[in-house]
Amino acid sequence: MNDLTAHPARGASEASCFPAHATEGLAGTSFKHEHLPAILAAGRQHCFFEVHAENYMGAGGPPHDALTRIRRDHPVSLHGVCMSIGGPQPLDKAHLGRFKSLIGRYEPALVSEHLAWSTHETTFYNDLLPLPYTPATLTRVADHVDEVQEAIGRPILMENPSTYVLFAESTMSETAFLRELVRRTGCGLLLDINNVFVSATNQGYSALDYLADFPLEHVGEIHLAGHAEQSDDEGELLLIDSHDGPVADAVWKLFDRVIGRSGPIPTLVEWDSAIPDWPVLKAEAEAAQAILDRHAGSTTREKVHAVG
Amino acid sequence: MRSAEQHGRGITPFSYADDFTPALLDPERAAPAAVRGPNGKAAKKRYDVYRNNVTVSLIDALAAVFPATQRITGTDFFRAMARFHVRATPPTSPLLFEYGRDFPDFIENYEYARQMPWLMDVARIERAWLDAYHAADAEPLPPESLAAVPAPRLADAVLTPHPSTRILRSRFPAVSIFAANRGDGPVGPIDAVEPEDALVTRPHLEVIIRRLPPGGAIFLMHLIEGGSLGMAAAAALEESPQFDLTANIAGMVGAGAFTAIGGDENDGH
Amino acid sequence: MSIRSTVSSAFLASAVATALASAAGAAPLSQEQVKEAMDKGMEKCYGVAMAGQNDCAAGPGTTCQGTSTVDYQGNAWKFVDGGTCATMKLPGDRMGSPEPLTRDVPS
Repeated sequence: MNDLTAHPARGASEASCFPAHATEGLAGTSFKHEHLPAILAAGRQHCFFEVHAENYMGAGGPPHDALTRIRRDHPVSLHGVCMSIGGPQPLDKAHLGRFKSLIGRYEPALVSEHLAWSTHETTFYNDLLPLPYTPATLTRVADHVDEVQEAIGRPILMENPSTYVLFAESTMSETAFLRELVRRTGCGLLLDINNVFVSATNQGYSALDYLADFPLEHVGEIHLAGHAEQSDDEGELLLIDSHDGPVADAVWKLFDRVIGRSGPIPTLVEWDSAIPDWPVLKAEAEAAQAILDRHAGSTTREKVHAVG
Repeated sequence: MRSAEQHGRGITPFSYADDFTPALLDPERAAPAAVRGPNGKAAKKRYDVYRNNVTVSLIDALAAVFPATQRITGTDFFRAMARFHVRATPPTSPLLFEYGRDFPDFIENYEYARQMPWLMDVARIERAWLDAYHAADAEPLPPESLAAVPAPRLADAVLTPHPSTRILRSRFPAVSIFAANRGDGPVGPIDAVEPEDALVTRPHLEVIIRRLPPGGAIFLMHLIEGGSLGMAAAAALEESPQFDLTANIAGMVGAGAFTAIGGDENDGH
Repeated sequence: MSIRSTVSSAFLASAVATALASAAGAAPLSQEQVKEAMDKGMEKCYGVAMAGQNDCAAGPGTTCQGTSTVDYQGNAWKFVDGGTCATMKLPGDRMGSPEPLTRDVPS
């Protein structure tokens, strides 16, 4: 079993403030504050919640109150969105310090970041920007992952991005890049299956081939989300990772095949804009849970077969 | 190791960010040459996805931080104004809730907003609202602590401001305009004509905006800066003969504007 | 700060005592104006959803807000129709609704 997924800083001397809830085989959802009353009214949910780390980097106030209430009864996944690990410049030490503090405060079951960048020089662009995949960028990204893991004292999961362009200078496939990143740093991976589908469509490759080449044995969490459609310069389909609707059927099918191959992996349904009422989001998580449950016990994580 | 790659304009393994960023907020610039679509496809509309993500998400962030400002101007006006600001002053912090600190000043100097000279003050209240929302938690001053100060020591008493406490002064009825527009209710005529000062506090989990009575802003600003109760009261009376000390003390305690009280020592600030 | 004068201890003590009594609800406020100023001025704003949130979603790519160079603010007076600016009817001329600007609109 993959030990990247579960146990934050065990053996550390500091007293734990929260119970250790397991995420094994569990589905979860993005935690949105507008859902807090509904979640609290419903009592402990059979799911985990993921938050974007940056939204809890203020000193105090309602965000921390809400996350504390959620964390008491549920496992929490802390998902960083702007560490800019994929950028060429050194990591923002102040930001890394804030990230470390949050992990100490909330003892999240899962900690993740993106294979992307968002800050360059002094500007924060608030988007997950792409990078070329080369031996040089791999070394830089691995250095950044090492730095983060050293600071927080535990491995992180690195997420595959949705991309809309390619770099002429890229010499490695994304899967080869991620595989080598894992080998060098000991990090785990967050497999975003919607991102796989979006990027595969946009870049004209097969999502199944990508997944067949993806090192599933290192995946500690899966993301599912909705996407939007538009068109590229040639008038052909271009998918946008919009997180504003239900998970697409094609993505559910890919998810089913991945779990069939790997066994249950903690799976999160992301929904970040046009946020529905809690029962709608909860139903998406339940759909993911049903697939996880269906494959529970039938497959071991080590038994890897090609998807297809 | 880094100096060569930082100064070089040519292609290095790390120049991708230099190439990719300039056009993100500048629609006049072409998409970077280094990016393309698959199988020789063009990348213009593909790169535009990133331009839109950056621009739209930052405008959305300003709209979320300044909802009353947007309601006053209407969405189209606000988004056009915000787009100018986003392009001129993108965020420097990765924390989006820190964004927009320069936006009220931008509004003040924004040509098309000159007919609404109070708009910048409404925006300042909204920015302070979000600062108070995220401010550190602290227990407000219990009334007993103030009651326990012996009368002869009161004039020298100094107070520690709550981390959420902010004062905003306006030449316009900015608090009334803010309050009318911050919610969803209908907005009718505003009858206020006098200048209004706002006190922003978050003693527990709710941000509360109060309209300060005459002299209240001076009184509280002196206290926040570490001035003694006696000095603050004198300054308020000097500015405003209508200053009502009793009302203002009741107000500051009720609002949770301070957390602790100290005496002669410098322990209050 | 260079405030030379101060106020008497007796005056302060009296104000504090009255203020605390009223704050504790033990006695009605002596001045109606106090209640007026503080109650009427209290504007609670419940922030349910967080403002200025970071997320990792892509924006609606179909808009042209990221790519347009049109300064459609030149027509600002048309756009404020959607806002409450027009209905607030603030007193005084300086509060009037925006007037059309006669300015070349760059594109």
